[in-house]
Amino acid sequence: MKKVILKRFLNAIPLLFIISIIAFLLIKLAPGDPIQSFVTPDMNPDDVERMRKSLGLDQPIYMQYILWLQNILTGNFGYSIITKRPVLDMIIERIPATLGLMGASLLLSLIIAIPLGMITAVKKNTIFDRIANFFAYIGISIPGFWFGLMLIYVFSLQLGLLPSMGMRTVGTDSIWDVMKHGILPATVLAFQNISVYMRYIRSSTIRQLDEDYVQIQYAYGASKRHVLFNHVLRNVLLPVITIIGLSIPNLVGGAFITETVFSWPGLGLLGVTSIFSFDYPVIMAITLFSSVMLILGNLIADILYSVVDPRIRLRG
Amino acid sequence: MNKRKWNGVKRELFKNKYALMAFVLLIVFLIAALFAFLSPFDPNKMSIIDKLQSPNGKHLFGTDEYGRDYFTRVLYGARVSLAVGFLSMIVAVVIGTTVGTVSGYFGGWIDNILMRFVEVLMSIPSFFLMLLLNAYMKPGITTLVLIIGFFTWMEIARIVRSETLSIKEREYVMYAKASGQSSFLTITKHIIPNIAPTIIIAGTLNIATAILMESSLSFLGLGVQQPNSSWGSMLNSAQGYIGEAWHLTLFPGFLILFTVLCFNVLGDVLRVAFEPKGANGEKK
Repeated sequence: MKKVILKRFLNAIPLLFIISIIAFLLIKLAPGDPIQSFVTPDMNPDDVERMRKSLGLDQPIYMQYILWLQNILTGNFGYSIITKRPVLDMIIERIPATLGLMGASLLLSLIIAIPLGMITAVKKNTIFDRIANFFAYIGISIPGFWFGLMLIYVFSLQLGLLPSMGMRTVGTDSIWDVMKHGILPATVLAFQNISVYMRYIRSSTIRQLDEDYVQIQYAYGASKRHVLFNHVLRNVLLPVITIIGLSIPNLVGGAFITETVFSWPGLGLLGVTSIFSFDYPVIMAITLFSSVMLILGNLIADILYSVVDPRIRLRG
Repeated sequence: MNKRKWNGVKRELFKNKYALMAFVLLIVFLIAALFAFLSPFDPNKMSIIDKLQSPNGKHLFGTDEYGRDYFTRVLYGARVSLAVGFLSMIVAVVIGTTVGTVSGYFGGWIDNILMRFVEVLMSIPSFFLMLLLNAYMKPGITTLVLIIGFFTWMEIARIVRSETLSIKEREYVMYAKASGQSSFLTITKHIIPNIAPTIIIAGTLNIATAILMESSLSFLGLGVQQPNSSWGSMLNSAQGYIGEAWHLTLFPGFLILFTVLCFNVLGDVLRVAFEPKGANGEKK
């Protein structure tokens, strides 16, 4: 068991290494000389040269990379060009909002997709199945930002039920308030995943229902409900863990645009605004953090899967 | 070309009524976009007194914030959206097919390196990088096509690779190799024509992704730029008027949804017909 986890972990390391190179190059290739952001009008060329040296910018590029990597590993992400605050602080204060939104939408997708997928499998080729399938197609085809705008129009502007932007109402500090702000963005983020999960669960349920153990249960006189909840459900839930891992890129990518549409103060919104203001240190940190989130998500899914499925554990 | 497989694609298309419907609708969209100039309105002619009209008999989709006929603008937007989707797909298919066939045909360390590269590209948050690169370079249609193409070819490469792996063991490929044909000719003359249906299906699904990507990037203002406008960039300006003229948001978005839906249905139906085992994602 430990061996499996270790192996997956070691696999992730070269990936992280390559991504760190990409993030570093993004800053290096950025238009403009980085020294310019430190130069003030009263500095003479000697001062500028000394500054270049003290920042390590006179070193060859691989040395610069090593220095940079050292800084990153000790948690020093530099300072934002715009706000002049440490980038790490800016990132850390945004993480709860993003993780909260992702967690909520993941939970929502599972709560809807699991029963829906199983029901459509049992009622294969009925009207209900067709309608659910049609909605699944809409889910993977709808542009998330447009869905968000439409929800804002209906629920915020027309019905006035839910707030359309931000995470908190000024002056109130309650969980309920945050939840109310989160309903629309979480729904937008969940819609695509619901479709993907539902189709997956449907097809794996259909496969399970054909298995011998199900037939044997029926032969013993077990009720349909008993077979479905006590036997099929367990086997269907196993692969769902992998599919959650596979959908993490969707969540991370979707967070950028969904947070922007709803002004949700998370990492995604920070990323998009930093691109518009060319705030390189922040851009780089966001690239690293979102990649790490993606890789960690896949790693956790992999490990969980080997924990719950003994066949993989034994194979090592 | 392999006639039998081609006929298979055609037969499948006419047998499944959803696929046929999607196909016909897409053709209708394409024709409408191509013949947009037949519209009696100039898409760029402003007329402030007519601004923000709701849909009516004269202006089918109403007018935008400058009083321009929105139906005509949506038709012209379709040109840009469909063109970007189609061209990005071409870029993705070219890269994906090249990487996939080379990887599958040669195997060994070449395969290892290329597939590792695919893995890296799949585990970076591509949407953020696309935004970033669009901002670095001059945003515009060419940049957009190249960037979307470059970040969406990986799935195609994987499918093409696995098809190549199974096809390269066939006799005719063996004969081609044994008779001294170069690797390049073997790949282009014998392997690619035989996996063409697979490539077409992957390409169809890729257009759907590309159109969604384009609309998201343009919506954020980092895609198609003035004076061109796509459905995504129209939504960018429409969101400011969502309270007083929500039809401006409704129509372009609905058309994106519809177009992408058609491509997805078409691609899926064909895929299920050709890869009965891999249809539901259980095949890696």
